[in-house]
Amino acid sequence: MHEHDPHDHDHDHHHDNRYSDMQARVRALETVLTEKGLIEPAAIDAIVETYETKVGPRNGARVVAKAWSDPEFADWLRQDATAAIASLGFTGRQGEHMRAVFNTPEMHNLVVCTLCSCYPWAVLGLPPVWYKAPAYRSRAVIDPRGVLTEFGVRLPQGTKIRVWDSTAELRYLVVPMRPEGTEGMDESRLADLVTRDSMIGTGLALSPEQAR
Amino acid sequence: MNGPHDLGGQMGFGPVAPEPNEPYFHAGWEKRALGITLSCGAFGAWTIDESRHARENIPPADYLKASYYEIWIRALETLLERHGFANAEEIDAGHKLQEPAKPKRVLTADLVAGVLARGGPCDRPVETEPLYAVGDRVRTRNFNPETHTRLPRYARGKTGVIEAVQGSFVFADDNAHGRGENPQWVYTVVFDGGEIWGEGADPTLTVSIDAWESYLERV
Repeated sequence: MHEHDPHDHDHDHHHDNRYSDMQARVRALETVLTEKGLIEPAAIDAIVETYETKVGPRNGARVVAKAWSDPEFADWLRQDATAAIASLGFTGRQGEHMRAVFNTPEMHNLVVCTLCSCYPWAVLGLPPVWYKAPAYRSRAVIDPRGVLTEFGVRLPQGTKIRVWDSTAELRYLVVPMRPEGTEGMDESRLADLVTRDSMIGTGLALSPEQAR
Repeated sequence: MNGPHDLGGQMGFGPVAPEPNEPYFHAGWEKRALGITLSCGAFGAWTIDESRHARENIPPADYLKASYYEIWIRALETLLERHGFANAEEIDAGHKLQEPAKPKRVLTADLVAGVLARGGPCDRPVETEPLYAVGDRVRTRNFNPETHTRLPRYARGKTGVIEAVQGSFVFADDNAHGRGENPQWVYTVVFDGGEIWGEGADPTLTVSIDAWESYLERV
């Protein structure tokens, strides 16, 4: 049996070796838990299918496109994002308490979770690897302009940057600025301009030319 | 705790590496890791706060070199063992060796859509009025608990302004350790970049955190 003394370095090293082959480790874990009747592989399939096909950044893009098109909806989104987003059918895990923050010519918003990887799953789906990795989590709060450069985004010098560190259970959706030359576009075409990164703040919405 | 997870302002990790057209999963096991972790969360044996704390407790050198789903799996094994569902010996063996504790529920495929759509709201009513109002100046406490906290190190002992009263929520610092939900008011507190980073800070930068009331003192 294993001792659980955090100062037992031999134990730590031994324990670490367990994770050298994650494929095998996770398969073993699934087998043990299934044998015990604690999990159902078909449920895991259903979870994966949900996040591969149903819950993703297209949800958020619809929210943004509606906010661009419908001032009343935009106001609702500003006042009660959880309810406004739920009205489009997007609810649930990691979207229970939503806030929407609107970019302006004066202020650019950027979202991070320095402590883990809090992310608005209900509107953006599963977070990308870079969002969860130390480089982004460490630098977004101290050098956001440098981070933006790595995403190819250069803001005017005068634009202020507001970084939202999701340290509690509120989940933030950035509403990017509506690109020029999109007058008269319907919501579905507008949604095609809304990238995942533009809703985190590491990107801007695409121009109609870029989206082509 | 001052763990490896508390990354704000640390240096040396290099540039951010966005991956064009990034797939949701980079290996088959990552899909299973997601599904297993969510399925085990449905046991009702631990809270999201306890699971975050289990991740933070991974030794720093291991945490920083692990991929995110590896962090999840390492923490999940800790939780499974702590709550009597499975131990490392069984996972090493790849087979059940003993009877598990009884979970409150098992997530079967027919329940998945409902469970994911419901999520786990953690707003809770409190009896008290909020101590602070929008526009108030507050200072975050300077503490270094060995237990779970959601006040990042870079934002401790700093003066900022209450920008929003966001409602009352389960207090993560207590809930992570089975001390109850003890809900408190949560505020968005915004700091000037210079207050946090001092000399050389980006003058156009403001940073906000969402802070439970007990993290704050009036200035």
